[in-house]
Amino acid sequence: MTEKSNLKTKLGKNVFKPVKEPHIRIRPGFEKDPRLRAAVYACPAGLYTLNSEGAVQLEIDGCLECGTCRIACGTEVLEWNYPGGGTGVQFRFG
Amino acid sequence: MEKFEVIIIGAGLAGLSAAYTLAQNGTEAVVVERGDYPGAKNVTGGRLYLNPVKKYLPDLWPALLEEKALERPVAVELLMMMAPETSTTLRFRSAEFAAPPYHSFTVLRGVLDRWLAKKAEEKGAMLVVKNHVDDLIRENGRVVGVVAGGEELGAETVIAGDGVLSLIAEKAGLRAPGLPQDYAVGFKEVIELPSRVIEDRFALGENEGAANLFLGSPTHGCFGGGFLYTNRSSISLGMVLRIRDLADARPLREAPQFLDDFKSRPEIAPLIAGGETVEYSAHVLPEAGYGGLIRPFADGLLIAGDAAGFALNAGLTVRGMEFAVASGVLAAQAFKQAREKKDFSASSLSVYQRLLEESFVRQDLKTFEQAPHFLDNPRLFDHYPKLVGDILRDLFYIGERPKQKYFSNVKGKVGWAEAWSILKDLRAGLKI
Repeated sequence: MTEKSNLKTKLGKNVFKPVKEPHIRIRPGFEKDPRLRAAVYACPAGLYTLNSEGAVQLEIDGCLECGTCRIACGTEVLEWNYPGGGTGVQFRFG
Repeated sequence: MEKFEVIIIGAGLAGLSAAYTLAQNGTEAVVVERGDYPGAKNVTGGRLYLNPVKKYLPDLWPALLEEKALERPVAVELLMMMAPETSTTLRFRSAEFAAPPYHSFTVLRGVLDRWLAKKAEEKGAMLVVKNHVDDLIRENGRVVGVVAGGEELGAETVIAGDGVLSLIAEKAGLRAPGLPQDYAVGFKEVIELPSRVIEDRFALGENEGAANLFLGSPTHGCFGGGFLYTNRSSISLGMVLRIRDLADARPLREAPQFLDDFKSRPEIAPLIAGGETVEYSAHVLPEAGYGGLIRPFADGLLIAGDAAGFALNAGLTVRGMEFAVASGVLAAQAFKQAREKKDFSASSLSVYQRLLEESFVRQDLKTFEQAPHFLDNPRLFDHYPKLVGDILRDLFYIGERPKQKYFSNVKGKVGWAEAWSILKDLRAGLKI
Protein backbone atom coordinates (compact mmCIF):
# COMPACT_ATOMS: atom_id res chain seq x y z
CA MET A 1 0.00 0.00 0.00
CA THR A 2 1.37 3.45 -0.86
CA GLU A 3 1.83 6.06 1.85
CA LYS A 4 -1.04 8.25 0.67
CA SER A 5 -3.58 5.46 0.32
CA ASN A 6 -2.53 4.15 3.74
CA LEU A 7 -3.26 7.56 5.21
CA LYS A 8 -6.59 7.80 3.38
CA THR A 9 -7.58 4.43 4.82
CA LYS A 10 -6.73 5.64 8.33
CA LEU A 11 -8.67 8.88 7.90
CA GLY A 12 -11.54 6.82 6.51
CA LYS A 13 -11.95 5.24 9.96
CA ASN A 14 -12.89 8.61 11.45
CA VAL A 15 -16.38 10.03 11.71
CA PHE A 16 -16.58 13.28 9.74
CA LYS A 17 -19.63 15.46 9.41
CA PRO A 18 -19.68 17.62 6.29
CA VAL A 19 -18.27 21.13 6.74
CA LYS A 20 -20.38 23.76 4.97
CA GLU A 21 -17.46 25.83 3.74
CA PRO A 22 -13.72 25.28 4.18
CA HIS A 23 -12.72 26.50 7.65
CA ILE A 24 -9.06 26.86 6.65
CA ARG A 25 -8.02 28.69 3.48
CA ILE A 26 -4.73 29.67 1.95
CA ARG A 27 -4.94 33.44 1.71
CA PRO A 28 -5.26 34.45 -1.97
CA GLY A 29 -1.88 35.30 -3.47
CA PHE A 30 0.09 33.36 -0.86
CA GLU A 31 -0.10 29.92 -2.57
CA LYS A 32 3.61 30.02 -3.41
CA ASP A 33 4.69 31.56 -0.10
CA PRO A 34 7.57 29.50 1.35
CA ARG A 35 5.92 29.58 4.79
CA LEU A 36 3.24 27.23 3.49
CA ARG A 37 5.77 24.48 2.81
CA ALA A 38 5.88 23.77 6.55
CA ALA A 39 2.31 22.45 6.42
CA VAL A 40 3.22 19.93 3.71
CA TYR A 41 5.53 18.23 6.24
CA ALA A 42 3.76 18.99 9.50
CA CYS A 43 0.08 18.23 8.77
CA PRO A 44 -0.65 14.84 10.37
CA ALA A 45 -3.48 14.29 7.91
CA GLY A 46 -1.29 15.07 4.88
CA LEU A 47 -3.79 17.59 3.53
CA TYR A 48 -1.23 20.00 2.07
CA THR A 49 0.56 19.19 -1.16
CA LEU A 50 3.09 21.04 -3.26
CA ASN A 51 2.21 21.02 -6.96
CA SER A 52 4.60 21.10 -9.88
CA GLU A 53 4.27 24.88 -10.18
CA GLY A 54 5.52 25.40 -6.63
CA ALA A 55 2.11 26.28 -5.21
CA VAL A 56 0.76 24.65 -2.07
CA GLN A 57 -2.74 23.21 -2.25
CA LEU A 58 -5.02 22.36 0.65
CA GLU A 59 -7.57 19.56 0.57
CA ILE A 60 -9.73 20.18 3.64
CA ASP A 61 -11.53 16.78 3.72
CA GLY A 62 -10.02 14.72 6.53
CA CYS A 63 -8.96 17.71 8.65
CA LEU A 64 -8.36 16.66 12.27
CA GLU A 65 -8.69 20.29 13.46
CA CYS A 66 -5.43 20.05 15.41
CA GLY A 67 -4.11 23.50 14.47
CA THR A 68 -0.62 22.34 13.50
CA CYS A 69 -0.77 24.25 10.17
CA ARG A 70 -1.83 27.45 11.91
CA ILE A 71 1.22 27.24 14.17
CA ALA A 72 3.61 25.99 11.49
CA CYS A 73 2.71 28.55 8.80
CA GLY A 74 1.16 31.46 10.66
CA THR A 75 -2.03 33.40 10.14
CA GLU A 76 -0.55 35.73 7.51
CA VAL A 77 -0.69 32.93 4.96
CA LEU A 78 -3.60 30.92 6.37
CA GLU A 79 -7.08 32.08 7.22
CA TRP A 80 -7.81 29.68 10.03
CA ASN A 81 -11.03 28.92 11.86
CA TYR A 82 -12.68 25.97 13.47
CA PRO A 83 -15.56 24.54 11.44
CA GLY A 84 -19.08 25.46 12.55
CA GLY A 85 -20.69 23.74 15.53
CA GLY A 86 -21.71 20.14 14.95
CA THR A 87 -19.57 19.72 11.82
CA GLY A 88 -16.10 18.34 11.07
CA VAL A 89 -14.36 15.45 12.78
CA GLN A 90 -16.16 13.79 15.70
CA PHE A 91 -13.73 11.66 17.69
CA ARG A 92 -15.37 8.60 19.25
CA PHE A 93 -12.29 7.45 21.19
CA GLY A 94 -9.97 10.46 21.45
CA MET B 1 -29.94 38.76 25.12
CA GLU B 2 -30.22 35.62 27.23
CA LYS B 3 -28.06 35.89 30.36
CA PHE B 4 -26.24 33.38 32.56
CA GLU B 5 -23.91 33.79 35.50
CA VAL B 6 -21.07 31.92 33.78
CA ILE B 7 -20.56 30.79 30.20
CA ILE B 8 -17.88 28.15 29.73
CA ILE B 9 -16.35 27.71 26.29
CA GLY B 10 -15.45 24.09 25.56
CA ALA B 11 -16.53 20.80 27.14
CA GLY B 12 -13.04 19.53 27.83
CA LEU B 13 -11.64 18.64 31.22
CA ALA B 14 -11.03 22.29 32.17
CA GLY B 15 -14.48 23.48 31.14
CA LEU B 16 -16.35 20.52 32.59
CA SER B 17 -14.43 20.64 35.89
CA ALA B 18 -15.31 24.32 36.13
CA ALA B 19 -18.96 23.59 35.27
CA TYR B 20 -19.20 20.82 37.86
CA THR B 21 -17.74 23.01 40.61
CA LEU B 22 -19.85 26.03 39.69
CA ALA B 23 -23.07 24.00 39.58
CA GLN B 24 -22.18 22.47 42.92
CA ASN B 25 -21.89 26.00 44.35
CA GLY B 26 -25.32 26.87 42.98
CA THR B 27 -24.02 28.98 40.12
CA GLU B 28 -25.90 29.02 36.84
CA ALA B 29 -23.32 27.72 34.36
CA VAL B 30 -23.69 26.84 30.70
CA VAL B 31 -21.04 24.96 28.73
CA VAL B 32 -20.92 25.67 25.00
CA GLU B 33 -19.26 22.89 23.01
CA ARG B 34 -18.64 22.85 19.25
CA GLY B 35 -18.56 19.06 18.91
CA ASP B 36 -21.57 16.75 18.71
CA TYR B 37 -20.88 15.63 22.29
CA PRO B 38 -18.27 16.36 24.98
CA GLY B 39 -14.97 14.85 23.88
CA ALA B 40 -15.80 14.90 20.17
CA LYS B 41 -12.91 17.28 19.50
CA ASN B 42 -10.61 16.14 22.28
CA VAL B 43 -7.61 13.84 22.18
CA THR B 44 -5.19 12.51 24.79
CA GLY B 45 -2.10 10.31 24.54
CA GLY B 46 -2.82 9.39 27.18
CA ARG B 47 -2.91 8.95 30.82
CA LEU B 48 -4.28 10.78 33.85
CA TYR B 49 -2.38 10.92 37.15
CA LEU B 50 -4.91 10.62 39.95
CA ASN B 51 -3.16 12.08 43.00
CA PRO B 52 -2.98 15.69 41.78
CA VAL B 53 -6.71 15.88 40.99
CA LYS B 54 -8.16 14.02 43.99
CA LYS B 55 -8.69 17.07 46.13
CA TYR B 56 -10.15 19.13 43.30
CA LEU B 57 -13.08 16.83 42.58
CA PRO B 58 -13.29 14.96 45.91
CA ASP B 59 -16.87 13.68 45.68
CA LEU B 60 -16.46 12.42 42.10
CA TRP B 61 -13.65 10.23 43.20
CA PRO B 62 -15.16 6.79 43.85
CA ALA B 63 -17.57 7.07 40.92
CA LEU B 64 -14.72 7.83 38.53
CA LEU B 65 -13.35 4.34 39.16
CA GLU B 66 -16.60 2.46 39.73
CA GLU B 67 -18.35 3.79 36.65
CA LYS B 68 -15.43 2.94 34.37
CA ALA B 69 -14.76 6.46 33.18
CA LEU B 70 -11.08 5.53 32.93
CA GLU B 71 -9.36 2.68 31.10
CA ARG B 72 -6.63 0.68 32.92
CA PRO B 73 -4.59 1.53 36.02
CA VAL B 74 -0.95 1.83 34.95
CA ALA B 75 1.10 -0.86 36.71
CA VAL B 76 4.00 -0.83 34.27
CA GLU B 77 6.04 2.14 33.06
CA LEU B 78 8.24 1.33 30.10
CA LEU B 79 10.91 3.53 28.58
CA MET B 80 12.54 2.35 25.38
CA MET B 81 15.55 3.93 23.71
CA MET B 82 15.55 3.10 20.02
CA ALA B 83 18.36 3.26 17.50
CA PRO B 84 18.09 2.05 13.91
CA GLU B 85 19.54 -1.37 14.78
CA THR B 86 19.09 -1.66 18.54
CA SER B 87 16.65 -0.88 21.31
CA THR B 88 17.17 -0.74 25.05
CA THR B 89 14.24 -0.99 27.45
CA LEU B 90 13.78 0.06 31.03
CA ARG B 91 10.68 -1.65 32.40
CA PHE B 92 9.39 -0.54 35.77
CA ARG B 93 6.64 -2.37 37.58
CA SER B 94 5.15 -1.18 40.84
CA ALA B 95 2.83 -3.15 43.11
CA GLU B 96 1.81 0.21 44.59
CA PHE B 97 0.80 1.62 41.19
CA ALA B 98 -1.10 -1.59 40.37
CA ALA B 99 -3.31 -1.60 43.47
CA PRO B 100 -5.99 0.72 44.85
CA PRO B 101 -6.08 3.68 45.27
CA TYR B 102 -3.97 3.56 42.05
CA HIS B 103 -1.46 6.05 40.73
CA SER B 104 -2.55 6.75 37.16
CA PHE B 105 -4.99 5.48 34.54
CA THR B 106 -4.95 5.30 30.78
CA VAL B 107 -7.71 7.41 29.29
CA LEU B 108 -9.89 7.73 26.20
CA ARG B 109 -11.42 11.20 26.08
CA GLY B 110 -14.51 10.02 24.23
CA VAL B 111 -15.38 8.10 27.40
CA LEU B 112 -14.06 10.38 30.15
CA ASP B 113 -15.40 13.71 28.86
CA ARG B 114 -18.93 12.39 28.30
CA TRP B 115 -18.91 10.93 31.80
CA LEU B 116 -17.74 14.17 33.42
CA ALA B 117 -20.30 16.16 31.41
CA LYS B 118 -23.07 13.90 32.71
CA LYS B 119 -21.89 14.49 36.29
CA ALA B 120 -21.86 18.26 35.74
CA GLU B 121 -25.36 18.13 34.24
CA GLU B 122 -26.60 16.11 37.21
CA LYS B 123 -25.39 18.95 39.44
CA GLY B 124 -27.38 21.42 37.37
CA ALA B 125 -24.92 22.69 34.77
CA MET B 126 -26.29 23.24 31.28
CA LEU B 127 -24.63 21.80 28.22
CA VAL B 128 -25.12 23.15 24.71
CA VAL B 129 -23.43 21.04 22.02
CA LYS B 130 -22.93 21.59 18.27
CA ASN B 131 -22.40 25.26 18.95
CA HIS B 132 -19.22 27.14 18.17
CA VAL B 133 -18.35 30.29 20.08
CA ASP B 134 -17.32 32.75 17.37
CA ASP B 135 -16.47 35.77 19.46
CA LEU B 136 -16.57 37.53 22.80
CA ILE B 137 -18.98 40.40 23.45
CA ARG B 138 -17.33 43.36 25.14
CA GLU B 139 -18.69 46.46 26.80
CA ASN B 140 -16.22 49.17 27.84
CA GLY B 141 -13.40 46.65 27.47
CA ARG B 142 -15.13 44.11 29.73
CA VAL B 143 -16.16 40.69 28.52
CA VAL B 144 -19.93 40.44 29.01
CA GLY B 145 -20.82 37.43 26.89
CA VAL B 146 -20.21 35.42 23.76
CA VAL B 147 -21.54 35.09 20.24
CA ALA B 148 -22.30 31.44 19.52
CA GLY B 149 -23.88 30.23 16.30
CA GLY B 150 -24.99 33.78 15.52
CA GLU B 151 -26.74 34.17 18.88
CA GLU B 152 -25.65 36.51 21.68
CA LEU B 153 -25.41 35.09 25.20
CA GLY B 154 -24.60 37.26 28.21
CA ALA B 155 -22.59 36.31 31.30
CA GLU B 156 -21.08 37.83 34.45
CA THR B 157 -17.91 35.93 33.60
CA VAL B 158 -16.76 33.79 30.67
CA ILE B 159 -14.42 30.87 31.33
CA ALA B 160 -12.46 29.91 28.21
CA GLY B 161 -11.46 26.26 28.16
CA ASP B 162 -11.24 26.28 24.40
CA GLY B 163 -8.05 24.30 24.12
CA VAL B 164 -4.47 24.69 23.09
CA LEU B 165 -4.97 27.22 20.29
CA SER B 166 -7.37 29.33 22.40
CA LEU B 167 -8.63 31.66 19.73
CA ILE B 168 -10.68 33.21 22.54
CA ALA B 169 -7.59 34.22 24.56
CA GLU B 170 -6.21 35.64 21.31
CA LYS B 171 -9.36 37.68 20.70
CA ALA B 172 -9.12 38.94 24.27
CA GLY B 173 -5.56 40.11 23.62
CA LEU B 174 -4.09 37.79 26.25
CA ARG B 175 -1.92 35.88 23.80
CA ALA B 176 -0.51 35.92 20.29
CA PRO B 177 -0.81 33.00 17.83
CA GLY B 178 1.47 30.12 18.89
CA LEU B 179 4.99 29.70 17.50
CA PRO B 180 6.34 26.41 16.09
CA GLN B 181 9.11 26.08 18.71
CA ASP B 182 6.59 26.24 21.59
CA TYR B 183 4.21 23.49 20.41
CA ALA B 184 4.31 19.84 19.42
CA VAL B 185 1.73 17.80 17.58
CA GLY B 186 0.68 14.40 18.81
CA PHE B 187 -1.04 11.99 16.46
CA LYS B 188 -2.18 8.51 17.22
CA GLU B 189 -4.12 5.47 16.15
CA VAL B 190 -6.55 3.68 18.41
CA ILE B 191 -6.08 -0.02 17.62
CA GLU B 192 -8.63 -2.50 18.94
CA LEU B 193 -7.46 -5.77 20.45
CA PRO B 194 -9.12 -8.20 22.88
CA SER B 195 -8.38 -7.48 26.55
CA ARG B 196 -6.68 -10.83 27.09
CA VAL B 197 -4.39 -10.30 24.10
CA ILE B 198 -3.32 -6.93 25.50
CA GLU B 199 -2.59 -8.48 28.90
CA ASP B 200 -0.58 -11.32 27.34
CA ARG B 201 1.45 -9.11 25.02
CA PHE B 202 2.40 -6.63 27.72
CA ALA B 203 2.75 -9.20 30.54
CA LEU B 204 0.01 -7.53 32.58
CA GLY B 205 -2.39 -8.86 35.18
CA GLU B 206 -6.12 -8.69 34.56
CA ASN B 207 -7.20 -5.07 33.90
CA GLU B 208 -3.69 -3.75 34.52
CA GLY B 209 -2.25 -1.18 32.15
CA ALA B 210 1.11 -0.18 30.71
CA ALA B 211 2.43 3.24 29.72
CA ASN B 212 5.23 3.13 27.16
CA LEU B 213 7.46 5.97 25.98
CA PHE B 214 9.87 5.61 23.07
CA LEU B 215 12.87 7.83 22.57
CA GLY B 216 15.27 7.86 19.66
CA SER B 217 15.26 6.91 16.01
CA PRO B 218 11.47 6.93 15.43
CA THR B 219 11.70 10.75 15.55
CA HIS B 220 14.85 10.83 13.36
CA GLY B 221 16.55 13.28 15.70
CA CYS B 222 13.49 15.53 16.03
CA PHE B 223 12.30 16.68 19.44
CA GLY B 224 9.61 14.22 20.49
CA GLY B 225 8.97 10.55 20.95
CA GLY B 226 6.61 7.67 20.51
CA PHE B 227 3.98 6.53 22.98
CA LEU B 228 1.81 3.50 23.56
CA TYR B 229 -0.92 3.22 26.19
CA THR B 230 -3.01 0.13 26.82
CA ASN B 231 -6.75 0.81 27.15
CA ARG B 232 -9.40 -1.75 28.17
CA SER B 233 -9.71 -3.28 24.72
CA SER B 234 -7.57 -1.06 22.55
CA ILE B 235 -4.11 0.41 22.29
CA SER B 236 -3.34 4.09 21.75
CA LEU B 237 -0.20 4.20 19.63
CA GLY B 238 1.24 7.48 18.44
CA MET B 239 4.00 10.01 18.24
CA VAL B 240 4.65 13.52 19.44
CA LEU B 241 6.86 15.79 17.34
CA ARG B 242 7.73 19.43 17.82
CA ILE B 243 6.12 21.50 15.09
CA ARG B 244 9.29 23.49 14.40
CA ASP B 245 11.22 20.30 13.69
CA LEU B 246 8.52 19.03 11.33
CA ALA B 247 8.24 22.41 9.63
CA ASP B 248 12.01 22.63 9.07
CA ALA B 249 11.73 19.31 7.22
CA ARG B 250 15.10 18.06 8.42
CA PRO B 251 14.83 15.15 7.75
CA LEU B 252 12.57 15.62 4.75
CA ARG B 253 9.61 13.59 5.95
CA GLU B 254 5.90 14.11 6.22
CA ALA B 255 4.41 13.65 9.67
CA PRO B 256 2.26 10.56 8.91
CA GLN B 257 5.36 8.71 7.65
CA PHE B 258 7.00 8.92 11.08
CA LEU B 259 4.12 6.98 12.61
CA ASP B 260 3.95 4.40 9.81
CA ASP B 261 7.68 3.68 10.19
CA PHE B 262 7.34 3.51 13.96
CA LYS B 263 4.49 0.99 13.65
CA SER B 264 6.61 -1.25 11.47
CA ARG B 265 9.52 -1.41 13.95
CA PRO B 266 10.14 -5.01 15.10
CA GLU B 267 9.61 -3.84 18.70
CA ILE B 268 6.13 -2.46 17.89
CA ALA B 269 4.66 -4.53 15.05
CA PRO B 270 4.11 -7.72 17.12
CA LEU B 271 2.36 -5.69 19.86
CA ILE B 272 -0.34 -4.49 17.47
CA ALA B 273 -0.49 -7.47 15.11
CA GLY B 274 -4.06 -8.48 14.26
CA GLY B 275 -5.43 -5.27 15.77
CA GLU B 276 -7.83 -3.04 13.88
CA THR B 277 -7.27 0.70 13.67
CA VAL B 278 -10.60 2.32 14.51
CA GLU B 279 -9.57 5.99 14.72
CA TYR B 280 -6.76 8.33 13.72
CA SER B 281 -6.57 11.57 15.65
CA ALA B 282 -4.22 14.49 16.20
CA HIS B 283 -3.87 17.23 18.76
CA VAL B 284 -1.42 20.03 19.51
CA LEU B 285 0.38 20.20 22.88
CA PRO B 286 1.95 23.22 24.60
CA GLU B 287 5.69 22.56 25.11
CA ALA B 288 6.94 25.93 26.38
CA GLY B 289 6.21 25.13 30.05
CA TYR B 290 6.39 27.91 32.61
CA GLY B 291 7.95 30.31 30.10
CA GLY B 292 4.89 29.98 27.86
CA LEU B 293 2.26 30.87 30.43
CA ILE B 294 -0.05 33.80 29.76
CA ARG B 295 -2.00 36.03 32.09
CA PRO B 296 -5.08 33.83 32.51
CA PHE B 297 -7.62 36.50 33.48
CA ALA B 298 -9.10 39.76 32.22
CA ASP B 299 -12.22 41.80 32.95
CA GLY B 300 -15.02 39.22 32.94
CA LEU B 301 -12.77 36.45 31.58
CA LEU B 302 -10.83 33.47 32.97
CA ILE B 303 -8.70 31.05 30.92
CA ALA B 304 -8.20 27.41 32.00
CA GLY B 305 -6.45 24.25 30.81
CA ASP B 306 -4.40 24.01 27.62
CA ALA B 307 -5.84 27.38 26.60
CA ALA B 308 -3.72 28.99 29.34
CA GLY B 309 -0.67 26.85 28.48
CA PHE B 310 -1.07 24.56 31.51
CA ALA B 311 0.82 21.49 30.32
CA LEU B 312 4.17 20.09 31.30
CA ASN B 313 6.59 17.84 29.49
CA ALA B 314 9.19 16.85 32.07
CA GLY B 315 10.67 14.06 29.96
CA LEU B 316 9.68 11.05 32.03
CA THR B 317 6.20 12.42 32.63
CA VAL B 318 4.04 14.33 30.17
CA ARG B 319 1.03 15.94 31.78
CA GLY B 320 -1.84 18.17 30.78
CA MET B 321 -5.15 16.72 31.91
CA GLU B 322 -4.49 17.15 35.65
CA PHE B 323 -3.68 20.79 35.03
CA ALA B 324 -6.91 21.18 33.09
CA VAL B 325 -9.02 19.68 35.90
CA ALA B 326 -7.32 21.71 38.64
CA SER B 327 -7.34 25.01 36.74
CA GLY B 328 -11.01 24.53 35.81
CA VAL B 329 -11.92 24.00 39.46
CA LEU B 330 -9.79 26.98 40.53
CA ALA B 331 -11.44 29.19 37.89
CA ALA B 332 -14.80 28.23 39.41
CA GLN B 333 -13.52 29.06 42.89
CA ALA B 334 -12.20 32.39 41.68
CA PHE B 335 -15.62 33.17 40.23
CA LYS B 336 -17.25 32.25 43.54
CA GLN B 337 -15.04 34.74 45.38
CA ALA B 338 -15.69 37.43 42.79
CA ARG B 339 -19.44 36.83 43.06
CA GLU B 340 -19.36 37.40 46.80
CA LYS B 341 -17.95 40.88 46.05
CA LYS B 342 -20.23 41.29 43.01
CA ASP B 343 -17.10 42.41 41.19
CA PHE B 344 -16.01 40.59 38.03
CA SER B 345 -13.25 42.99 37.04
CA ALA B 346 -9.73 41.74 36.26
CA SER B 347 -8.49 42.82 39.67
CA SER B 348 -11.24 40.87 41.41
CA LEU B 349 -10.79 37.80 39.18
CA SER B 350 -7.00 37.95 39.66
CA VAL B 351 -7.57 35.80 42.74
CA TYR B 352 -7.49 32.98 40.16
CA GLN B 353 -3.78 33.61 39.62
CA ARG B 354 -3.16 33.42 43.36
CA LEU B 355 -5.08 30.14 43.62
CA LEU B 356 -3.03 28.76 40.73
CA GLU B 357 0.19 29.82 42.44
CA GLU B 358 -0.85 28.03 45.64
CA SER B 359 -1.64 24.86 43.67
CA PHE B 360 0.50 22.29 41.87
CA VAL B 361 -0.50 23.91 38.57
CA ARG B 362 1.90 26.83 38.65
CA GLN B 363 4.21 25.22 41.22
CA ASP B 364 5.01 22.13 39.11
CA LEU B 365 5.43 24.27 36.01
CA LYS B 366 7.81 26.52 37.97
CA THR B 367 9.78 23.55 39.39
CA PHE B 368 10.31 22.20 35.88
CA GLU B 369 10.93 25.61 34.33
CA GLN B 370 14.26 24.39 32.90
CA ALA B 371 12.78 21.21 31.40
CA PRO B 372 12.06 22.68 27.93
CA HIS B 373 15.66 23.94 27.80
CA PHE B 374 17.09 20.56 28.83
CA LEU B 375 14.87 18.68 26.38
CA ASP B 376 15.86 21.02 23.53
CA ASN B 377 18.97 18.91 22.89
CA PRO B 378 19.17 16.81 19.72
CA ARG B 379 21.63 14.42 21.43
CA LEU B 380 18.76 13.16 23.60
CA PHE B 381 16.68 12.15 20.58
CA ASP B 382 19.38 10.62 18.44
CA HIS B 383 22.82 10.16 19.97
CA TYR B 384 22.17 8.69 23.43
CA PRO B 385 19.70 5.98 22.43
CA LYS B 386 22.25 4.81 19.85
CA LEU B 387 25.22 5.10 22.24
CA VAL B 388 23.50 2.98 24.89
CA GLY B 389 22.60 0.38 22.27
CA ASP B 390 26.14 0.33 20.86
CA ILE B 391 27.72 -0.14 24.29
CA LEU B 392 25.31 -2.93 25.22
CA ARG B 393 25.85 -4.59 21.85
CA ASP B 394 29.60 -4.76 22.53
CA LEU B 395 29.10 -6.03 26.09
CA PHE B 396 26.75 -8.81 24.95
CA TYR B 397 28.69 -9.70 21.80
CA ILE B 398 30.92 -12.74 21.58
CA GLY B 399 33.04 -12.79 18.43
CA GLU B 400 35.68 -15.01 16.91
CA ARG B 401 38.53 -13.13 18.56
CA PRO B 402 39.29 -13.17 22.32
CA LYS B 403 36.84 -10.89 24.17
CA GLN B 404 38.00 -7.53 25.56
CA LYS B 405 37.44 -6.49 29.16
CA TYR B 406 34.04 -4.86 29.66
CA PHE B 407 35.56 -1.50 30.56
CA SER B 408 37.65 -1.47 27.37
CA ASN B 409 34.42 -1.85 25.41
CA VAL B 410 32.87 1.14 27.15
CA LYS B 411 36.04 3.24 26.80
CA GLY B 412 36.05 2.48 23.10
CA LYS B 413 32.63 4.11 22.77
CA VAL B 414 33.05 6.92 25.30
CA GLY B 415 36.27 8.85 24.69
CA TRP B 416 37.28 12.09 26.46
CA ALA B 417 35.32 14.38 24.17
CA GLU B 418 32.23 12.21 24.52
CA ALA B 419 32.62 11.98 28.31
CA TRP B 420 32.84 15.77 28.46
CA SER B 421 29.66 16.17 26.39
CA ILE B 422 27.84 13.68 28.61
CA LEU B 423 28.88 15.66 31.70
CA LYS B 424 27.62 18.88 30.16
CA ASP B 425 24.26 17.30 29.31
CA LEU B 426 24.04 15.79 32.79
CA ARG B 427 24.65 19.20 34.32
CA ALA B 428 21.73 20.61 32.34
CA GLY B 429 19.69 17.61 33.47
CA LEU B 430 20.46 18.28 37.12
CA LYS B 431 18.59 21.57 36.87
CA ILE B 432 15.26 19.81 36.32
